[in-house]
Amino acid sequence: MNQKYEQALNDYNKKISSAATEDMVLNMGPQHPSTHGVLRLELITDGEIVKEVIPHIGYLHRCFEKHAESLTYQQTIPFTDRMDYLASMNNSHAFVMGVERMMGIDKDIPKRVEYIRVLVCELNRIGSHLIAIGTYGIDIGAFTPFLWCFRDREHIMGMLEWASGSRMLYNYIWVGGLFYDLPVGFEERCREFVDYFKPKMNELNELLTDNQVFINRTANVGVLPRDVAINYGCSGPMLRGSGLKWDLRRIDGYSAYPELDFDIPVGKGEMGTLGDCWDRYKVRVDEIEQSLRMIEQCLDRLQKELKRTPDFDPRAKLPRKTIPKAQDYYVRCEGAKGELGFYFMADGKSEIPTRVKARAPSFSNLSVLPEIARGVMIADLVATVGSVDIVLGELDR
Amino acid sequence: MSFDEITQLLTDKFGADVIAGTETGGLQPALLIHPDHITAVCLELRNNPNTYFDFLSCLTGVDYGTEENRFGVVYHLASIPYQTQLTLKISKENNRNLNDLPAFPSITSVYRTADWHEREAYDLIGIFFEGHPDLRRILLPDDWEGFPLRKDYKTAEFYKGIKID
Repeated sequence: MNQKYEQALNDYNKKISSAATEDMVLNMGPQHPSTHGVLRLELITDGEIVKEVIPHIGYLHRCFEKHAESLTYQQTIPFTDRMDYLASMNNSHAFVMGVERMMGIDKDIPKRVEYIRVLVCELNRIGSHLIAIGTYGIDIGAFTPFLWCFRDREHIMGMLEWASGSRMLYNYIWVGGLFYDLPVGFEERCREFVDYFKPKMNELNELLTDNQVFINRTANVGVLPRDVAINYGCSGPMLRGSGLKWDLRRIDGYSAYPELDFDIPVGKGEMGTLGDCWDRYKVRVDEIEQSLRMIEQCLDRLQKELKRTPDFDPRAKLPRKTIPKAQDYYVRCEGAKGELGFYFMADGKSEIPTRVKARAPSFSNLSVLPEIARGVMIADLVATVGSVDIVLGELDR
Repeated sequence: MSFDEITQLLTDKFGADVIAGTETGGLQPALLIHPDHITAVCLELRNNPNTYFDFLSCLTGVDYGTEENRFGVVYHLASIPYQTQLTLKISKENNRNLNDLPAFPSITSVYRTADWHEREAYDLIGIFFEGHPDLRRILLPDDWEGFPLRKDYKTAEFYKGIKID
């Protein structure tokens, strides 16, 4: 092996061994509840002060990109579900959209299919944000919100299971259509859920969002300035928490989103500095409200002009052979965690892509952690990691 | 700024040899940049008030197959104020010798997010980035042999004496 390629590893080993004499090297994870999965943070600490954070990832690497090179586009969809397993619908939606655009069939997708896609994506986004909020409460030491969030998320899981047959990994959105139409009665059940869930959000806000203990733990902690966020490629609630109105649902206006009316919540620094943990948390809470608004609008249309008809077939536009024209294409969309992108390289001859790269939002979002967690207390580091809202399945792919 | 205007801007600034060509066949046009100039080009595109590509969406390492023996990096830039996107590509030939990896300049000095993305490209494709501050493997263990996303990669049978099945 060329010496040049070993240089960085040797430097790193030297840094850790010399830090071990002066300061303390502390491993947080990979089996630590506040790292939200199998993330290992190597901390170089001086007492309670964190001097440096070195994240180690890859414990959940499942070779998504290698698998995608040997499977057809349609067969890869279940693998995308397993990336961000808390918001599977959003993943497959992004992937499917990219393939459809490359095939040139994205304009032929029936409106009802597009609305169902947005409906399930927004339901899934609520589920994902509920986990983010609930587990963030646990990180800070509040146990009850976690149980409440999981209780409400269970309704969403139940509904999506009803539609797709699976609780978490749906394989529901297909290239050119859907697995099945929504089951009869889904819209009514969904409306029931929205009516049930709205007051629950108020309860949650009373319990956690405006809780003085919670505010003291999160305000002015882990401040992420806007320019740093952009330079580190942060997206989603991370970037919006820093006060930038950047939402790809609005910017790119894909699928049915241009026809829906919704606001983009941004951090305002209400409780402390702009871009602190509380702002990022609040953006997620506000996004749940906006998602509920979108769901109601989708339901309105799905029950009126786009009503279910006996002859409607969500698989009608499914291509017989998924062979896109020879080209490269990068598709991006707003996943639950931020900008989710897929880069395809198609050779125009086979159903199997030559290269697929997944741009996972958690990956870029976490890479900013060493920058914002320098010189903080260990307890604040826990608060900061929680506010990033990572999903390791997506980070490691 | 349109794609042609950006091409013109770069030619005026750095001379004609900085752009090796363009790809306009697909839905997204791409600029082929000469590998040595990629850092300067990115810096110019980020700082120029007319382009302002301040967001690096994605960085992909690519192995173009065993016949071509070419490796490349694809950059997807986005401009937040102008809401535009741009694709840059660099590539060079390489003999696939593991002691002589294809080397490109690192753009971590322009976009800090490139840090982890370049580590990933090094880890999985085996592309070396000159001037990267900390080019260690990121997803695979430090002592992993070979680069799995290369087209000629043979699946490892043993890891530390343990059979993989």
